[in-house]
Amino acid sequence: MKNTISARVADFLKQFPPFNEMYAEDLHNLSQEVHIIYKIKDSIIFEEEAEPHDYFYVVHRGAVVLQKKTGNDIVDLCDEGDIFGLRPLMASENYKLQAKAFEESILYSIPIAIFKPYTQKYEGVANFLIESFASNTRNPYSKIYRGKLLGETLKTPTQTPEGLLDLQHVHYSKKPVTSTEDTSIKEIAQTMTQKKVGAMLIVKNKLPVGIITDKDIRNKIASGEFPITAKAKAIMSSPVITYPQKMTIAQAQMAMMKSGISHLCLTKDGTQNTPAMGILSKHDVMLELGNNPAVLMKAIQRSNKFKSIKVIRRQVTSLLKGYLNQNIPMTLTSSIISELTHACTKRVIEIVIENMQNSPPVKFAWLAMGSQGRSEQLLQTDQDNALLFDTVSENELQSTRTYFLELAKQVNQALRTIGYEYCPAEMMASNQEWCLSLSEWKDRTSHWITNPGQNEVLLSSIFFDYDLAYGDSSLVDALTSHIFKQTASYPIFYMHLAGGALRNPSPTGFFRGFLVEEDGAHKDFFDVKRRALMPLIDGARVLTLSHQIKSINNTARRFERLAELEPNNEPIFSACSYATKALLKFRTKQGLLHNDSGRFIALNMLTKEEKIKLKRTFKVIKELQELIKLRFKVNAMIG
Amino acid sequence: MGFLKKLFRKGQKHYPEFWSVYQNAFERQQAHDLNAIRFVVFDTETTGLDIEKDRILSIGALSLQNESIAVKQSFEVFLYQHFYHADNIAIHGILEEESKPRITELEALCLFLNFIENAILVAHHAGFDRAMINQALKRHGLPKLKNKFLDTSTLYKQTLIDSPLLQRQEHYALDDLAEKFDITTVDRHTALGDAYITAIAFLNILGKLKGKRGFSVKKLLN
Repeated sequence: MKNTISARVADFLKQFPPFNEMYAEDLHNLSQEVHIIYKIKDSIIFEEEAEPHDYFYVVHRGAVVLQKKTGNDIVDLCDEGDIFGLRPLMASENYKLQAKAFEESILYSIPIAIFKPYTQKYEGVANFLIESFASNTRNPYSKIYRGKLLGETLKTPTQTPEGLLDLQHVHYSKKPVTSTEDTSIKEIAQTMTQKKVGAMLIVKNKLPVGIITDKDIRNKIASGEFPITAKAKAIMSSPVITYPQKMTIAQAQMAMMKSGISHLCLTKDGTQNTPAMGILSKHDVMLELGNNPAVLMKAIQRSNKFKSIKVIRRQVTSLLKGYLNQNIPMTLTSSIISELTHACTKRVIEIVIENMQNSPPVKFAWLAMGSQGRSEQLLQTDQDNALLFDTVSENELQSTRTYFLELAKQVNQALRTIGYEYCPAEMMASNQEWCLSLSEWKDRTSHWITNPGQNEVLLSSIFFDYDLAYGDSSLVDALTSHIFKQTASYPIFYMHLAGGALRNPSPTGFFRGFLVEEDGAHKDFFDVKRRALMPLIDGARVLTLSHQIKSINNTARRFERLAELEPNNEPIFSACSYATKALLKFRTKQGLLHNDSGRFIALNMLTKEEKIKLKRTFKVIKELQELIKLRFKVNAMIG
Repeated sequence: MGFLKKLFRKGQKHYPEFWSVYQNAFERQQAHDLNAIRFVVFDTETTGLDIEKDRILSIGALSLQNESIAVKQSFEVFLYQHFYHADNIAIHGILEEESKPRITELEALCLFLNFIENAILVAHHAGFDRAMINQALKRHGLPKLKNKFLDTSTLYKQTLIDSPLLQRQEHYALDDLAEKFDITTVDRHTALGDAYITAIAFLNILGKLKGKRGFSVKKLLN
């Protein structure tokens, strides 16, 4: 019996190979037999060497990581529409890889016994499965890649599947931008600028007849050889060098080197006599090879879909992993990663604005709060953001807010799509408490500063580290000046903020042992954020605020600035700066290891050296807290 | 007492066969392991919100066990309607003329009981769906549902963090949950579509609750 759910399953499957080869009726019958499985993050679907299941799997939502248990090396990351666990279909042997939910995921399991007849019925289905089984599909994270991208020689080349690069199919722009021979050069240049591409394919009856690249426009038009009114035919390179669609990275690199060109035209059968299927640029190959920040940055700016930003964001994480493994200085690492993260947010907002029916009614600014505002967020964690729009008249306030709330809602959703979870406390711009006009923000911050209760202090400490992620900087400057003016006239606020900074629980107990969490999901783990990083972050904030230091948000940099301003306290502030960086690196490494925020550390997994390093930072924290206590006379207040 | 019991047992004999099959299902012990427990997530579409006056238009239900939903074991029935509020079409989008095969209320109840057996029932704002089904049972001289119930709207509140900064809502609609958990709402306002959204939300919520301190299956079910 066909029902709502099976119809929905079929609708999903038919978008992806090999299911797109099947007739609707067969697909509907197959969809009836599917199980929909929900997996929380990090749960195992099957273990390496486990007995084969009676099913293979399709990822419906989320992502699944396939890896070898030893070495923790990721072999493949399966996204929406990808299939995995095919081994039982092909061979009666145990799984060779472990499959684990990389994110919270919904999977469709497809019973092999029922699916098998279709592999005989449809040749395309069988071929696709054999091919994906043999090639083990894409692999952006493997060791072999990491080695390549960071120019590091592989230490254990025998452990990685050989010839992987040869098996990797390249991903190319599937909808090539095309024009006809009699289009004017001006028009072509405009389209290329608008679509942000470096080459335009010239087609005749759908067949590729020529190609025009940026270089042609420079060499033939700008040089004066041809007038700008010339037609495409006059300057295009012809005939086009064509290749078959299914190219591996290695082949593509070879082809570009051989003919000294930067764009390959891919056609259905590899000749000029079949329609063009796509264009492969040097940039695509670079992106495929992973990782150089400039290539990633360009890819972010070029992307038009949230899903492609999601893929790039993951590559940023693998870049981060590489940097940490190579011990590249934390300051440099965090500034590169923060830049890329910022670019992702910015691009998301741009896309949302393009999709909105109307353009923003007034100037606005998207603010990153908390760790993102401090540029200390190297991993993908929860969203913390707010929106600030220009002051409008009373009767326009409602409609203006409605517009920005809708914009914020879409941005929050898109950020979630690219991997940033919603803030559990709903501190997000789509919450009307955090989507205010400039005058409302001024009132609100004034209220916090003049009525510093526990909640107000908490809110200030989260909000005051805001940073402009997108939009108009004059609004932000206006708000910042307001806050500095207010705090200067209510010095008692510093005392409360300092009190808040001292309220974090101590990292060590009486005998200098680590204090671990006593219950809950993280029982016996050490909370590095709350017990070690927060005291430093909170301390730096109140000190910089009292010094009226503007526009430095990063905690380590705040301490550096404080060290300059107070030469007598230079040793302690420099130590704090160092400790912040060390802890941040610690947290990031732990986070990458466990694919989480890195906040909770399993102490028994640490080496002795690491434990000593951690404890050394605690001493600094204690000294900082003493200094704050004395300077802001907090004792008198807490009593 | 013995007399009362006897009378009760005697009364039972008047119930149709499907009711005693349903009742017998409860003699089986409920599993203690969360992954072994069978949950049935369901939703009813009705002509309105008045439990006495309004009627069930359709019931959709899914069987959920070991974090997995078997598509084949889903349940979807559409009922004959004798009276119709034009207002409701706007809410539920179910048109009278729509050519779905329809069955009587009694048939629907019989199939539904046969489907749910002794499973733990899950619904969003479960109180309403439970009352609608119970009212329908009553119209046919049958006792109330015997199953344990879980309400995703209450369970969801338990997943929220304890923070002075979070303003809790009094009620969370199914649409709120769909948005929070990023569940597609294409099939919203069909009984089975809503049951599916509820099921995915329920799985999300369970995942979150399991990580909380002091979680136990016993507590969940009580």
